[in-house]
Amino acid sequence: MTRIAVVDYGMGNLRSVSKALEHVAPYASVVVTGDPDEVAKADKVVFPGVGAMPDCIRELESRGLKQAVLEAAAAKPFLGICLGMQALFGHSEEGNVDGLSILPGAVRRFPVEALVDDKGERLKVPQIGWNQVHQAMRHPLWEGIADGARFYFVHSYYVEAGSPELVAAFTHYPFAYASAVARGNLFAVQFHPEKSQAAGLSLLGNFVAWDGAC
Amino acid sequence: MGLAKRIIPCLDVTAGRVVKGVNFVGLRDAGDPVEIARRYDEQGADELTFLDITASSDERDLILHIIEDVAAQVFIPLTVGGGVRSVDDVRRLLNAGADKVSINTSAVTNPQLVNDASARFGSQCIVVAIDAKQVSAEGEPLRWHVFTHGGRKDVGLDAVEWAKEMERRGAGEILLTSMDRDGTKIGFNLELTRAVADAIGIPVIASGGVGNLDHLVDGVLKGHADAVLAASIFHYGEYTVRQAKEHMARHGIEVRL
Repeated sequence: MTRIAVVDYGMGNLRSVSKALEHVAPYASVVVTGDPDEVAKADKVVFPGVGAMPDCIRELESRGLKQAVLEAAAAKPFLGICLGMQALFGHSEEGNVDGLSILPGAVRRFPVEALVDDKGERLKVPQIGWNQVHQAMRHPLWEGIADGARFYFVHSYYVEAGSPELVAAFTHYPFAYASAVARGNLFAVQFHPEKSQAAGLSLLGNFVAWDGAC
Repeated sequence: MGLAKRIIPCLDVTAGRVVKGVNFVGLRDAGDPVEIARRYDEQGADELTFLDITASSDERDLILHIIEDVAAQVFIPLTVGGGVRSVDDVRRLLNAGADKVSINTSAVTNPQLVNDASARFGSQCIVVAIDAKQVSAEGEPLRWHVFTHGGRKDVGLDAVEWAKEMERRGAGEILLTSMDRDGTKIGFNLELTRAVADAIGIPVIASGGVGNLDHLVDGVLKGHADAVLAASIFHYGEYTVRQAKEHMARHGIEVRL
């Protein structure tokens, strides 16, 4: 039986992530866990998170989970969601802290002054709602998902990827930013697949079926 | 193309059932919350809002079970409000499966709760609900005050200034209900909606008064709302969420179809 660990480091409610995984993978064992050994034993790891980056990094360290997350990210099918995507990168403007620096790039705040769309309308921060995800590479996790499908976003910070090859999808708000990144066994999304209805469930189903190769 | 405007059906829940009243009185039964939530999800609702209007505290936990049931079957964002008084109330609702919690009266009586809850769980899950009523007389510049207790008590706060303060204290979104319009089906209070939406940098959900699909269009185009909330036009089958979205799209509004 496939074991999927949802890493619980005290950052927000993980129930919706685990419920959505159970929905798409009724025969897998989904565990929400803060135990580094459980993360190490899992076949696949989901790294979610809502909240603020400084708390995220502090909690990972104080709970002894940082090493387990680094090892999983190096070896297993690994899915970062929202803050769990941002934490994979280097410096974050949120709280001026460094993330796990697994991937090159930085986390920036949406520049409120510059957020005017092509109709001259001022965009709000946080970005809340359904935006289009434009696929920038072929990837098993996009299987069956239309290019430009809408997913649910809630965020005030975004990833500025340090390398264009990482970008698996981009989204406009109003400028293009990386809404998904991929490298080897790693895949990470800024949006919430667990809250993105059919498209989100497809992506989670693809992750459950994924062997980590691209 | 970019971020879509959202349509949010609202379910007023008491004693485990969805109800709907006019101007917060005269409640009518509208059905089982889980069943209704599933129906709206199938129709393409962008989010769902549950307002627990249960009066007695011993029935409060019912909403937790409803949210648990809905969250296991419906994979879109869920907002829950009604009677939220403490950081612990917020935590219990989030743990039951809510993605956002809406704070109304307690934001007025204890504004520090907005700071504390957003610091603890993040602004993205803290919605402040503002019930506003016009207080300016005919011919005066328009002014609205914040009301509590289902629209009966004027707390003497200017609604636009209050929205700004809630943003400063960490609210991630404002759910703005016109108490003059709620249940009337004559359309949103567009002046109120625009005054608040233009004054703050966080999204505004317009609520109160929707009677037809043009009202939803007006809420976005004239009221500058980021999302529109409606209850009765969907509950009694007058319109489906999909019809509402198609209508908005025909008026040039970007929606998720």
